[in-house]
Amino acid sequence: MGEFDSSLAFLLPWEFSPSWTLACLAGAGLYVRGLLHRRRCGLHEGFWRPFAFFLGIVAIYTVSQTHFDYLAQYMFFVHRGQHLVLHHLAPFLIALSAPLAILTAGIPHRVRNLPTVTFAAQMLKPGYRLLQQPVIAPLLFVGLIYFWLIPQVHFDAMLSHRLYQLMNWSMLVDGLLFWWLILDSRSPASGGLSYGVRITLLLAVVPPQMLLGAYLTFSHNVLFDVYAVCGRAWPLAPLTDQRLGGLITWIPATMMSVLAVLIIIGRLLGKRSTMYRYG
Amino acid sequence: MGNAMYKTGCKTALLSGMLWLVGCSDPSWQTKDISELMPPLEFELVDEEARSVTEADYAGDVTLLFFGFTHCPHICPTTLANLAAISQELGEEAQNDLRVLFVSVDPERDDPATLREYTDAFGPEFTGLTGDEEALQALTRRYRVTYGYGEKDDAGNYDVSHSNAVFAFGRDGDAQLLIREDDPKEAVMADLSRLLTH
Repeated sequence: MGEFDSSLAFLLPWEFSPSWTLACLAGAGLYVRGLLHRRRCGLHEGFWRPFAFFLGIVAIYTVSQTHFDYLAQYMFFVHRGQHLVLHHLAPFLIALSAPLAILTAGIPHRVRNLPTVTFAAQMLKPGYRLLQQPVIAPLLFVGLIYFWLIPQVHFDAMLSHRLYQLMNWSMLVDGLLFWWLILDSRSPASGGLSYGVRITLLLAVVPPQMLLGAYLTFSHNVLFDVYAVCGRAWPLAPLTDQRLGGLITWIPATMMSVLAVLIIIGRLLGKRSTMYRYG
Repeated sequence: MGNAMYKTGCKTALLSGMLWLVGCSDPSWQTKDISELMPPLEFELVDEEARSVTEADYAGDVTLLFFGFTHCPHICPTTLANLAAISQELGEEAQNDLRVLFVSVDPERDDPATLREYTDAFGPEFTGLTGDEEALQALTRRYRVTYGYGEKDDAGNYDVSHSNAVFAFGRDGDAQLLIREDDPKEAVMADLSRLLTH
């Protein structure tokens, strides 16, 4: 009974935040509406794409609105795990599921035609285009990881609720932008980025992440004293905490690039075989 | 043309955003200024005489808040001894207006009597406080700190992880400074005397 209670407590938010909860609920809700709407029109999505989408949403919710978030605030390595999910894993899954058509189908007609919605979309478009430039996107992707790990910035972000929220949201939004650009289901012919550029971007973001991860892993100094200042979730040697965090920043994060390169190569080969078959 | 203007706008927004993030704290404080980051002092705890106390009981004093436990081998005795030395050097008048609240996050071992014995060793301005899990969590959450317990050894001893910083509040109870373990004594002295003269 006690164990059941404590597992239940783990699932409750450490700091309830309407923005994360609403975003996850809205994403899942729109997607389900879209799925049902398309099913009525005879369009079936299969299993894997919706599965990847929901897995991404559940992952975001778990690291932001359960006690995982508590651990992420008081253990450096858990914090690195949280950002791995928010910046790499969950956006990767969501982008891979190519949910745009389904999400659009899920928006109620009344909302879709509201002048404010159209206006907001118009306003955001130039900014979106700018951030998705092949030079800016990888710089932003790597730059944000480095920025939030500048010790003074990291210190303030862990100490202030407002900055902490901003940090996590910026990681998620940037993650979505980057993986959306890379895993865009449109072929280069129909407006997507060329496959060569996508692979170049994926490879370009690897060395800076490896460098940072290795630096954290092999450093003999504790770089982030905020975890000593705020106390750790349980007594763990500061350098062990930092090394684990370094490994998370280094290995799984860069493996995501490798995985994405394989997917892009797969698409390239798929395109070739289609060309041979029909061309 | 529009695009160029747009880009300049974006750069300005990005730069000002970064400046905002790095913070516009008062540079004349030598330890960490947290006036923009942390809420005013507020708690409901139990003091060394087993009385219920709140922040109102210490209103008007410059208050230093430190979390620890009496079985702490290094950080707590060192920090409290340093604060005692600083308080001595600040002079008698300052001592009367300075209050150090040592909040034990290990209520299982630290009852009011144990706390009184422990804090008496450092000086009359030191007060031990503790509370139940709920009260301690409310306070630690408020200042975004935490604590945790290690495994018990055969003798029943266990380690406790806790914050190693001292939070300083002005006479009005507003959060002002975070004093870290490695802050030089002179810096702490200067900041505390400034806080005391406010």
